[in-house]
Amino acid sequence: MSTKHQPERVTWESGLEIQPVYTAEDLERSGGTGGIGAPGEYPFTRGIHPHMYRSRPFTMRQYSGFGTAAETHERFLYLIEKGNTGLNVAFDLPTQCGLDSDDPMADGEVGRVGMAVDTLADMEEAFADIPLNEITVSLTINGAAVPIMAMYFAMARKRGFDLATLRGTAQNDILKEFIGRGTWIFPVEPSIKLVGDTMEFCARNVPTYSPVSVCGYHIRESGASPVQEMAYGLAIARAYLDHALDRGLDVDSVARGITFNFDVYGNLWEQVCKFRAGRRLWAKVLKEQYGATDAKAMQLRMIAGGGGAGLTIEQPENNIMRGAYYALASALSGAQTMALCSYDEAYTIPTEHAAKISLRTMQLLVHEVGLADTVDPLAGSYFVETMTNEMEDEIVRVMDKLDGEGGIVKGVAEGRVQAEVSRQAYERELLVETGQVKKVGVNIFRDDEDERAIEFHGYREEEAARQVERLREVRTGRDEASVTAALDAVEAAAREGRNVMPETLDAVEAYATVGEVCGALRKVYGSYREPVRF
Amino acid sequence: MTGRTRPIKVLVAKPGLDGHDVGAKIVARALMDAGMEVVYTGLRRSPGEIAAAAVEEDVDVVGLSVLSGAHIPLTRRVVEELRANGAGDATVIVGGNIPPSDEEAMREIGVAGVFPTGTSFDAIVEFLESTVTT
Repeated sequence: MSTKHQPERVTWESGLEIQPVYTAEDLERSGGTGGIGAPGEYPFTRGIHPHMYRSRPFTMRQYSGFGTAAETHERFLYLIEKGNTGLNVAFDLPTQCGLDSDDPMADGEVGRVGMAVDTLADMEEAFADIPLNEITVSLTINGAAVPIMAMYFAMARKRGFDLATLRGTAQNDILKEFIGRGTWIFPVEPSIKLVGDTMEFCARNVPTYSPVSVCGYHIRESGASPVQEMAYGLAIARAYLDHALDRGLDVDSVARGITFNFDVYGNLWEQVCKFRAGRRLWAKVLKEQYGATDAKAMQLRMIAGGGGAGLTIEQPENNIMRGAYYALASALSGAQTMALCSYDEAYTIPTEHAAKISLRTMQLLVHEVGLADTVDPLAGSYFVETMTNEMEDEIVRVMDKLDGEGGIVKGVAEGRVQAEVSRQAYERELLVETGQVKKVGVNIFRDDEDERAIEFHGYREEEAARQVERLREVRTGRDEASVTAALDAVEAAAREGRNVMPETLDAVEAYATVGEVCGALRKVYGSYREPVRF
Repeated sequence: MTGRTRPIKVLVAKPGLDGHDVGAKIVARALMDAGMEVVYTGLRRSPGEIAAAAVEEDVDVVGLSVLSGAHIPLTRRVVEELRANGAGDATVIVGGNIPPSDEEAMREIGVAGVFPTGTSFDAIVEFLESTVTT
């Protein structure tokens, strides 16, 4: 063979080398076609439902929330009116960190990056009149998941919904908060215990609710490769599962409550193979390592999309195209739910206009260009199946390595995982700065003049003041004695190692605040001290 | 680093509640690779804690990273604390999601350099090399 026209080497971000051409022999060598199976059947490589989007298109769930509950409620109604089929709630940083809006550390941050929630009253206002079982709600809450989930359940119950059939999701993946995103509150071990409390509470009382959405997403955004994203994500899911099983819960009833949240940016094919490989591997882990028997427990259900780290502040309109390709990758990967970062989200909270473009991007995939026509259209491709096999092997290798080093919980507690991910982020950024990794508009096809004619989301300080005022009103109007008793009960449950969810539900129904509930838990668990390694 | 008696010492800090620390950490590495001495505070530091760390470490530069949009109130409080604690001569730089329209306000607060998302490592290094005397 002539070497004269030998193509340049192509290597994916995960380190796998890509051939110019794939054949049946390559596929055979990588492990063959035995693991493909049929859609809706174990090991679910082709998707978790037999007819996938033909029976129901992916849920469109744009991430939104800012200011007060009243402002956020308006944005929710706008998105629903435009065709959003789910809600994905952004909370402000004080709420996420378990602080009330009048806490000194909350100064300047109330309602800034999401909706401020102090008490059940805010939760009631945000979701007023929204049909919670048709428009399902995903709560992006982690460190403060216990009081926020309790408030959501209390609100739903007051609205007349039966918890036994309530659907929805909480993010509630604290381990990834220690790796990236940073809204931890309590130390690592009690944090996992609290996730376990919500899993147990839901398995017994809200069985159709998904209490945990494990996020490879933020680990990838923090610098992990696609293979690491999947490997760390599955390792974290296993850690929660192990904890739940230690409490004597049944694997089938707990595993079905675990969903996933993954990132889409970078090489399109690498993402597709990552998802197909990860879905198959999770099914095998559940069946072979955990002895699950219910198919639902083995299915990797996911929200996929986002792609924040792929967006650029340079030539921001290019992000609209990036979003469309990310949505395409997500649809080709069989995601159950999709959310896209809006084109202005690299630098601000999306405007209504930008959020609508993201939604339209997803809608036209389904209604205009045929992505819902048939299931897993890439199945059987020599290339895609070979690389799905190779990605699976790589994910297993990374998970085994992690296990060999003592597991994900230990790696996170010691700060090793964080250090590795941030080192990679730095190396990646150097590759972008030196032009070895190409970004259109950033290091190739740059414009001479900076055209950042961008609209920033306005922050309304008067809304923050209104929130603090509202919190004071709620505090004045509630029965202080029952709040105190309820908070003491939360503290006692924590101290005695019992599940804190029932007591927290009582407390928030008495209008205890997020900060008060987290304060009661802090008395028992203390606060996390970050191992600063980079 | 010709002409310097010692390397520039930088405190990289995350004020407020913002948990996005990829930028802070990679800039910290880039400054170290450029020969500077770097101390990183970790997440969720109050303005008082940042000023105390700046004094204790006797740094030349305080670099704040804010992506939440709260850069104006947080930076103002950090600068006030630095002045109140006798570290008002430290060069303060800020990176993150800083709209161009806020740069003027940041300078009025006392910020020497604003480096919004998308700034190259070289730009930050060159700025510090040319601004800070040691």
